[in-house]
Amino acid sequence: MSIEVCNLSKQFGTFAALRDVSLEVRSGELLALLGPSGSGKTTLLRVIAGLDVADSGQVLFQGEDATDQHVRERQVGFVFQHYALFRNMTIFENVAFGLRVRPKDVRPPDAEIRDRVHELLKLVQLDWLAERYPHQLSGGQRQRIALARALAVEPKVLLLDEPFGALDAKVRKELRSWLRRLHDDMHITSVFVTHDQEEALEVADRVVVMNEGRIEQIGTPDEVYENPASPFVYEFLGNVNLFHSRLHRGRAWIDGIEVDAPEHAEAEELAAVAYVRPHDIEVDRTAQGDAALAARVTHVLSVGPIVRLELVRDDSEDKNPIQVEISKERFRELQLVRGDQVFIKPRRFDLFPRRIH
Amino acid sequence: MSRFKQHSILPGFNLALGFTLLYLSLIVLIPLSAAFIRTTELSWQEFWFAVTTPRVMASYRLTFGASFAAALVNAVFGLLVAWVLVRYRFPGKKLIDALVDLPFALPTAVAGIALTALYAGNGWIGQYLEPLGIKVAFTPIGVFVALTFIGLPFVVRTVQPVLEDIESELEEAAAMLGANRLQTFLRIIFPTIFPALMTGFALAFARAIGEYGSVIFIAGNMPMVSEITPLLIITKLEQYDYAGATALAVVMLVISFILLLVINLLQWWGRRRSALA
Repeated sequence: MSIEVCNLSKQFGTFAALRDVSLEVRSGELLALLGPSGSGKTTLLRVIAGLDVADSGQVLFQGEDATDQHVRERQVGFVFQHYALFRNMTIFENVAFGLRVRPKDVRPPDAEIRDRVHELLKLVQLDWLAERYPHQLSGGQRQRIALARALAVEPKVLLLDEPFGALDAKVRKELRSWLRRLHDDMHITSVFVTHDQEEALEVADRVVVMNEGRIEQIGTPDEVYENPASPFVYEFLGNVNLFHSRLHRGRAWIDGIEVDAPEHAEAEELAAVAYVRPHDIEVDRTAQGDAALAARVTHVLSVGPIVRLELVRDDSEDKNPIQVEISKERFRELQLVRGDQVFIKPRRFDLFPRRIH
Repeated sequence: MSRFKQHSILPGFNLALGFTLLYLSLIVLIPLSAAFIRTTELSWQEFWFAVTTPRVMASYRLTFGASFAAALVNAVFGLLVAWVLVRYRFPGKKLIDALVDLPFALPTAVAGIALTALYAGNGWIGQYLEPLGIKVAFTPIGVFVALTFIGLPFVVRTVQPVLEDIESELEEAAAMLGANRLQTFLRIIFPTIFPALMTGFALAFARAIGEYGSVIFIAGNMPMVSEITPLLIITKLEQYDYAGATALAVVMLVISFILLLVINLLQWWGRRRSALA
């Protein structure tokens, strides 16, 4: 089932949680809402679920207006960050809950409920815990039970609010890929909220980057990572180096290095910032032409296949270190140690006019 | 002794336990056992006769019956008050919250006199009840009203914090799974607060059994009808029948202890079932 969100706005007191947000979730996709805390991603999810009501705007399920539909009627499965399992019930009863509370005429018979619950517990690989209570389970197990419980009512849409947020790093990684596989098997339209960019980029079909109640960019993980639409997205998704720049009629000067900037043809003497990813910086022992900046190696981290360097420019007053990532091979070629003089050149960059504050 | 001592990073187990036992002995156990010792002045026949006269039996029925009924009513309405105080925001909420504790603080005699004035045949409320054939003051109903009054804070104050601790996510989760408000209350909220409710009930019940001051004003104290056991004890004391008074006290003690034990067992059972321990 597809979800459409049109012009949603929501205000909490003076804080605008959502500002005119529109979004389409395609049927069967796994979509991530990514953003820092306070960006409105959880509010958006809760409005879709019907747990919060927006001040204005619409939510459509499969083209039908669901804005005024009650939570109970939306047929949405919801997974909470802190699991929200019912402590007074066994795992079995937790999963069975959604079936047991149905009105008599549509409630499946007991035997059917039992089969269905065990089927779901097998799906989340925790069949052996059926008679335990939630407090006897680990965090990762609880979250899988919460998922099984949400799936028990055969929801048309699955919404997950920071589903792995309360778990430790290792369990998180396992559950992440497990969720991806589960989604590939079931193809249920799913939206999950996260503040972890790695999680979003790794699991989701498409990523929605949110900031201050607005959507900054929507795209596949590749698109948003490779072509960030705004400085915010650039800075939020991975490390990035900032260089002072100047734009003038399709030309740019990145810290004095002159380059082509055809997309800024109309710019007239504009201050700008160049965003360069650490792996998009070339490092050399000697200056290749005059289009290179001199810098000094201040730190080398050579664990793993990628070597990370920190460089400080010789001439600039900007003492923020420049982050560079090069391959191990390249590192061996250059044989860099701390204190060495190098020349760097941005290979790929994006220019954004400096925002006036 | 060392067999019971568990390794713990908290120091002072011996000292703390020793102090606790000494304290409980001085404050609770010794005075109570004095009652038992005093009773031994009576022979078994005398004791049995003293504690089973029809007048005394009637007072047991009234004391325990009215206390139980009052605690039951408090459990229901105390829960409601706690619910309203936790769940809703309204002007004057802080005031009402403070008001709940008033029966704790008010001298019980004041409460008794106030209630009597209200419920007497010519009182503010009594004058409307009388034509309906309902007499409250100077009847067992009056006893019940007074005991309800003094027991209310116990239920509210034990249920309130537990109710506050229930995460709204639990109710949201239940709603998302299709449960209606009643189902959510009965299956999620009520089982969670049940142990606290039982505690509040037990406290209100225990308090009501021992209540004296507020009851004697409104009860009318008619033998066989509206006379509570604590009053009989006082009466006996005034007649210098100390052994007879303590005999009654011992019976009340034993019955109260058994009842509280049963309630505690029920609670333990309920908690184990809900696995909140």
